Amino acid sequence: MAIKTQPVTVNLGPQHPSTHGVFRMRVMFDGEEIVDVEPIFGYLHRGSEKLAEERTYTQIITLTDRMDYVSSMLNNQGYILAVEKLAGIEPSPRGVWLRMIASELQRIASHLVATGFLLQDLGALGTPLIYAMRERENILDLFEMLCGARITNSYLRPGGVFMDAPDEFWPALDRGLDDIVNTIDELETYLSGNEIVFSRTKGTAVLPPELLINASITGPMLRASGVDWDLRHRAPYDYYDKISFERILHTASDNYARYWVRVQEARESVKIIKQCIEQIEPGEVRPSFDEVPRLIRPPAGDAYAAIEGSKGELGFYLVSDGSIAPYRMHVRASSLINLTLLREMLIGGQFGDLFVTFGSVDLNMGEVDR
Amino acid sequence: MTTVWSGTALAEAIEAFAPGSVESSAGTDVWLKPESISTVCEGLKTRSEFKFDLLSSLTAVDYINHFEVVYHLTSLPMNSSAVLKSRVGLGRSDASIASVVPIWRGADYQEREVWDLMGIRFEGHPNHKRIMLWEGYPGHPLRKDYVTYDQSIASSAPDDRDGGE
Repeated sequence: MAIKTQPVTVNLGPQHPSTHGVFRMRVMFDGEEIVDVEPIFGYLHRGSEKLAEERTYTQIITLTDRMDYVSSMLNNQGYILAVEKLAGIEPSPRGVWLRMIASELQRIASHLVATGFLLQDLGALGTPLIYAMRERENILDLFEMLCGARITNSYLRPGGVFMDAPDEFWPALDRGLDDIVNTIDELETYLSGNEIVFSRTKGTAVLPPELLINASITGPMLRASGVDWDLRHRAPYDYYDKISFERILHTASDNYARYWVRVQEARESVKIIKQCIEQIEPGEVRPSFDEVPRLIRPPAGDAYAAIEGSKGELGFYLVSDGSIAPYRMHVRASSLINLTLLREMLIGGQFGDLFVTFGSVDLNMGEVDR
Repeated sequence: MTTVWSGTALAEAIEAFAPGSVESSAGTDVWLKPESISTVCEGLKTRSEFKFDLLSSLTAVDYINHFEVVYHLTSLPMNSSAVLKSRVGLGRSDASIASVVPIWRGADYQEREVWDLMGIRFEGHPNHKRIMLWEGYPGHPLRKDYVTYDQSIASSAPDDRDGGE
């Protein structure tokens, strides 16, 4: 006999441990089934784009750290590339290699955080998250050696990075890379063939690739649907044209595929870093202050530069009027745009899958709201 | 490597299927007449010589005497990119342009963000609401004539930021 139910509207967030920050949804349930979702943004809006209009090009680096605060190095890289394009700065080779190492380490850290919290959302309370965070901690130690900071790094500068890696960094990096592979192996042993993970994530929140492209969704979410689109491969920036790596693709486009793609991409990042270590040569890490002064005055004009961030295409659009501060800065935030299909992913699903699906998007509220 | 369309080549190609829609072109940019944005974007997405299936970025800039809406398009099958621009709200009059959400769903939140922070209306947007700030927030902060640090703004904040429905 069918049970009679009536729809109930429930408010989720912004202060909720599973919302990855301060995300809020108004969800309408019919029993356990989700019938309507409305995301409500803005709880972490700090007006970064407006703040940038009052700061010099170097000062803005600190603002980009605070956007997606689990991938600061990648944010730095996207912004620096836009400044270099706008001002026509030729970077120093050693600086470029160092920032590639830094941003690939950051990608691993970000993917580990995404995986750990996804498992947390699945109900595996604590253990996988602590394993992932333990490894991220080692990466943060490496960052501390590089620039003295762990989260808000501000390591990159137009033309390279602000200081060379200390001698003890290189052996620590070698050890760290081995540890990362071990941790990923360990995680995969328990998770990638786990029956509970399978039954909870396979076949949930499936999105067709055409719809993903139409909704401007990029990064691991797009690659999990079988679309071979990685800006490091299709539009190489920095020295990615001198690196060979595999693009990780999965065709299922469900929550499991998105988890799997991230884990395998972390492995590929280790390979990329090893190639960087082989190719890096001694030299200056940034051009002298005569060539690239502290106060950069790019010629009037605009530039858009995009990198393959940990969540997808991370773009910076800068407009200069010839002064020391940008006239306008816009961030193409993949965390926000990747939520475009949230309704399609959730409606018709069960309440228990809500946070799992949400976790599989991998978003960061600092970037969503900016 | 992604090929970037030059402004003049793209302007010619657009004129071929949508005559009279291009205002000017320079560098990699093409300036379109705001009233023709839907026709041109539809053509750029569906026609076999462009196939711009991904709207990378949509934003706007305040140039004091007008606003400029900027579209960065990417074609996955052709591995090419293009920049479209359109001047709206000349003389700071009522700024509006047709929404491209019917063509690219990815424009949804980005257009809402431009409306919220820059105050440009997108005609035909299915959910034309503010996104970062609450309904009833005075003004649009990314406009150049916006007064920052105005303490009276705090009093306009509702207890429930979406208007307490």
